[in-house]
Amino acid sequence: MAVRLKKGHREALSGIVFTLPFTIGFILLFLRPFVQAIVFSFSRLNIGAGGYTLEFVGLGNYKNALFVQPEFVRTWVETTGMMIVNVPLILAFSFFSAILLNQPFKGRTVARVIYFLPVILASGIVLQLEQDNYFIESLQDLEETVSGFMSLETLGVFLMKLKLPARMLEFIMAAVQQAPVIIRNSGVQILVFLAGLQSIPPSLYEAAQVEGGTSWENFWNITFPMLSPLILTNIVYTIVDSLANPQNELVKLIRSSAFGPPGYGVSTAMAVLYFLGTFAVLLITIGIVSRWVFYHE
Amino acid sequence: MSDNLNTRSIGARFQQTPAKAALERLQKLFTPRNLGGLLVSLGRLGVLIGVSYAILFPLLAKIATSFMAEIDIFDKTVHWIPKHFTLDNYRNAIKYMKYPSAFVNSLALTLGLSLLQLASCTVVGYGFARFDWRGREVLFAAVLFTLVVPPQMIMIPLYLNYRYFDFFGLAKEMQLNLLGTYWPLVLMASTATGVKNGLFVYIMRQYFRGMSRDLEEAAYIDGAGVFRTFFSVMLPSAVPAMVVVFLFAFVWQWNDYFFVNIFAGNRHLLPNALAQLTGEYSRDLTVAGTEHVMRAYGSLLNNAGSLLLIAPLVTLYIVLQRYFIESVERTGLVG
Repeated sequence: MAVRLKKGHREALSGIVFTLPFTIGFILLFLRPFVQAIVFSFSRLNIGAGGYTLEFVGLGNYKNALFVQPEFVRTWVETTGMMIVNVPLILAFSFFSAILLNQPFKGRTVARVIYFLPVILASGIVLQLEQDNYFIESLQDLEETVSGFMSLETLGVFLMKLKLPARMLEFIMAAVQQAPVIIRNSGVQILVFLAGLQSIPPSLYEAAQVEGGTSWENFWNITFPMLSPLILTNIVYTIVDSLANPQNELVKLIRSSAFGPPGYGVSTAMAVLYFLGTFAVLLITIGIVSRWVFYHE
Repeated sequence: MSDNLNTRSIGARFQQTPAKAALERLQKLFTPRNLGGLLVSLGRLGVLIGVSYAILFPLLAKIATSFMAEIDIFDKTVHWIPKHFTLDNYRNAIKYMKYPSAFVNSLALTLGLSLLQLASCTVVGYGFARFDWRGREVLFAAVLFTLVVPPQMIMIPLYLNYRYFDFFGLAKEMQLNLLGTYWPLVLMASTATGVKNGLFVYIMRQYFRGMSRDLEEAAYIDGAGVFRTFFSVMLPSAVPAMVVVFLFAFVWQWNDYFFVNIFAGNRHLLPNALAQLTGEYSRDLTVAGTEHVMRAYGSLLNNAGSLLLIAPLVTLYIVLQRYFIESVERTGLVG
């Protein structure tokens, strides 16, 4: 008994020692600034020669962010709305891309390399330069002339002729407009689904074949449920990824407010609101999705 | 339908004329099943072409434009192939970014930081995977928490902490300015709190959890301590996952501008050099052009500079693509 206890203690000690780097980093480089950020959001910050002083202003910064800053609420709603639209699109795209890239065909390696390329190309400074850029405008001219068959106007006219309901038309147009964004943000998710597809035991499909299942039935009864836990993983990854995206408008606004006129306090208040909103979306999504996730074993 | 089947099976029994054989071969080729397969292949090809187009188009357009002279951008008849082929964009970008030295600095910093991240995330991941203690779950929740907090939220406090660095409140009278040094980045990388490090801790934890305990048990029975077991038994078996973590750490660190700009914005590094490229160039202009022309040429310069920035990564990716694409399988993250 005494030996066991000792072993338990030693195990606990080893665990604490191995995770110590993170514990230190978390407390000093994460938790401390995190708490400070919350304090800052209720304060006015005065930076002097020998440091900074704080002056408590209550909810002033939040009121300023929500009611005085003209851009904030609009950008916040837009960014969150965009995220809510993009997440299911990215998920659907990466899901079917993974199924496609898992099939044997000539040139599969090349196709995989291309699908994953955007993860490598997502350079912060390059994306930042590509925002308001004169050159990009002329690029888009080029894009339109080259891709006559994919031009939005043509598609719009075509869809009008089909007499689709206006709302559906709007959604399709928005989805097409978003297509490049969706494609470029799906790399890691495709990898996760691909790995998931390869971990499905072939015996399941063999059994289904014996029972006479069609590939349509196999998809809905084997592939989809077996991949469902990864759907949750990918939803979380996609939401987290959108937070760090340099093309995120709200992030840019928070940044420019910090070093611009409204100042540190208001900027931090905006960041706290953004964090709380995203966290809420994350929790709600996890709550809804985990209900129908199927866990093997 | 059954008639058709009958005649065919009867036909097979008798000697066949060439015409009949050809007809039969055609029938075999165009069975509904084959047709379906053909349609699937065509559909797949279409989707692949469409997606590759969306991904490659901007890159190819950038490359094509990087060889154009300034007049070519204003010339509506120029698509893809420059009329005035030039290497001036690259020449100027290299000159005003001081590319060779910026490249060496960036490479050294990125290599150093990603090695530190690899070391810290591996050790921490092992701690989470193999040992149990009260508070482990809470600490692991903290790892995930670092991922869901936008870095912008802690940006300002971090900035001020490093501006007036007092050893985290331990030495109030000492106020060092650590901005403009690599210390903030090094501290973050060595404590597993750098760019997307929570993800790496998660990957390493999953990998170690999936490894058999037999090796460790054997090492313990032989009298090896926890650290010896970790370094000489577990680490060599964890190389596949470590390669993946290192590659991703390298790519994301190379692409990072957020932290590098805040903490080391004045350092001669590639992203900083690219951000200041047009400014450096226009300062050197002897004849002041109109602003419009400068903007056009500035975008050409930025374009060439961007390509120079991502070129090393694309090369790395093409050489090591197998490791990237099989990464998630190799780490056993999924199953």
